[in-house]
Amino acid sequence: MTDTVQRAPIPRGKFGTGRLRRIAASGAAGEPSGIFTRYPFLAVVVLLSSFPIYWTFTIASQTNAAIGESPPPFLPGGHFLANARRVFATIDFAKALINSIIVAGAITISMLTFCSMAGFAFAKLRFRGRNALLLVVISTMMCPVQLGVIPLYIEMQKLGWVQNLMAVIVPSAVTGFGVVFMRQYTLQAVPDELLEAGRMDGCSSWGLYWHVVLPALRPAMAVLGLLTFMQAWNDFMWPVIVLSPQNPTVQVAISTLAAGHYMDYTLVLAGTALSTLPVLVVFGLFGRQIIGGVMEGAVKG
Amino acid sequence: MARAPHRVAHLLWWADHRISPYLHIAPFFLLFLGFGLFPLMYTGYVSLTNRDLLSPGAEAYIGLSNYRELVGDDYFWNAVKNTFLLMMMCAVPQLVLALIVAHLLNARLRLRTALRMGVLMPNVTSIVAVALVFAQLFSRDFGVVNWLLGRFGVEPISWQAGDWSSRSAIALMVIWRWTGYNALIYLGAMQAIPKDLYEAAAIDRAGPWRQLWHITLPALRPTIAFTALMSLIGQMQLFTEPLLFDTSPGSVSGGSARQFQTMALFMYEEGFRLGHLGYGAAVSWLLIVMTFVLAAVGYVITRRAVGEKAAP
Repeated sequence: MTDTVQRAPIPRGKFGTGRLRRIAASGAAGEPSGIFTRYPFLAVVVLLSSFPIYWTFTIASQTNAAIGESPPPFLPGGHFLANARRVFATIDFAKALINSIIVAGAITISMLTFCSMAGFAFAKLRFRGRNALLLVVISTMMCPVQLGVIPLYIEMQKLGWVQNLMAVIVPSAVTGFGVVFMRQYTLQAVPDELLEAGRMDGCSSWGLYWHVVLPALRPAMAVLGLLTFMQAWNDFMWPVIVLSPQNPTVQVAISTLAAGHYMDYTLVLAGTALSTLPVLVVFGLFGRQIIGGVMEGAVKG
Repeated sequence: MARAPHRVAHLLWWADHRISPYLHIAPFFLLFLGFGLFPLMYTGYVSLTNRDLLSPGAEAYIGLSNYRELVGDDYFWNAVKNTFLLMMMCAVPQLVLALIVAHLLNARLRLRTALRMGVLMPNVTSIVAVALVFAQLFSRDFGVVNWLLGRFGVEPISWQAGDWSSRSAIALMVIWRWTGYNALIYLGAMQAIPKDLYEAAAIDRAGPWRQLWHITLPALRPTIAFTALMSLIGQMQLFTEPLLFDTSPGSVSGGSARQFQTMALFMYEEGFRLGHLGYGAAVSWLLIVMTFVLAAVGYVITRRAVGEKAAP
């Protein structure tokens, strides 16, 4: 992958400046007809985007009798708490929640620590082989590591980590994407003069990392932390392989709800709703930063 | 006496300049080697053994016989076919829709953040949640989809049972979850396009759709190539959606006639359900090789796209 997306140089001023340009600008993207074309389309898009989530909560708050009717109930009912209680009675959902918090929390903390350390080194420290090693980091982003699950499982058997949360935490503790993301941010957010000054004051590279770099990286850490936490919370394939229904994460737990002989949709979707609620809350609170993180990804490629 | 601390200080300074940088990057490399690259490579070795899930240590080296068996395994070829079919059914509509959505969002809009959040919301929901609610939406007797079709006189469809109906439903889940994400990536790239170009187009009375076609798309070529590559690689590993869309209890075969079993799901069935880790590793290894070939081809195409763009 390229580090930065290259852009063709655009001849500035080719289309004139001044009034003509201002007139043109008004028609560019914000033309009045946009109100009639863009908003209805976008409304439909947002409606389709949110419908399945809305539907999860709707079914989760109904009785099984009610969802069997035709037409199905399109408004939430009053049975969410009763269904949620059934989820906790059917599976050890509390344990699953705690496990998911531990797993996602530990992965987030280690990601932020290791990625910022490596990102700082790649951005600001000089050492032999830096560019070659950075290339290695970038190429790891293309590695389909999820496909190595069988040997990884054998490795976990050897380590004695099967059915242990460590098996889920350690392989996700750092990613090439995180390192590249942090390097990019360090390049633009940490001025060299500040590091020079720190050196003058007798800081080692660790002192610089702690006193200069980390404070400057806070916004980037927030974004990477949010993205990492949500990803770790939602991860399924590896946890379902290496963990057991007795010691599951939330995603593994709700998948076992659906494995019964009779598909109890209000129960399954109540579990789904409970598992989705934390991410939706995080998304609601920090949506702006998360969107920024995703859009940044575009520029970094 | 006075020289000793100085020498120590010098040694520390030297160590900090020569060794510390490597210590900063060491955690990444150690973890990646141990839990990323090693398993990936070790897959190749395991695929040459008859290792079993339940009797570790009892495996023997059996050469290429796993691969020989695989070549004659109809279930394997069925999974390959389904993986590539689903890949096309997911990737193409998803990226086209994402471009349209990004274009709609690329304007001075009221409620900008709210609209963007609405578009990204599917991507923050877990695949498990998506698969479970879609299974309900597409259920034969209680699903909204069949109810809606019923209003137009269509008989209830058993979505899981049919070849194309099940694949379409799975493709729809993937498209639903990833369109907004890709749209925001495109939006990020669109906003980096200089405004002059649009101004000029507006002078020439080009409407928004012509601007999309003649200015935005050419400028976005590298980004489109990148997202296409990423979603193709992602589709190669399609696992959770087909696993959970299958509502018969405990089934990992991707439908009663394996009509939507993907390669990753077949690997899971062989390796972890039937315990044939060696055979499953052979499936993994082929999947890994295919992914690398796909990535390499994609990379060359991406380079070319970027090169062409920089050329004129």
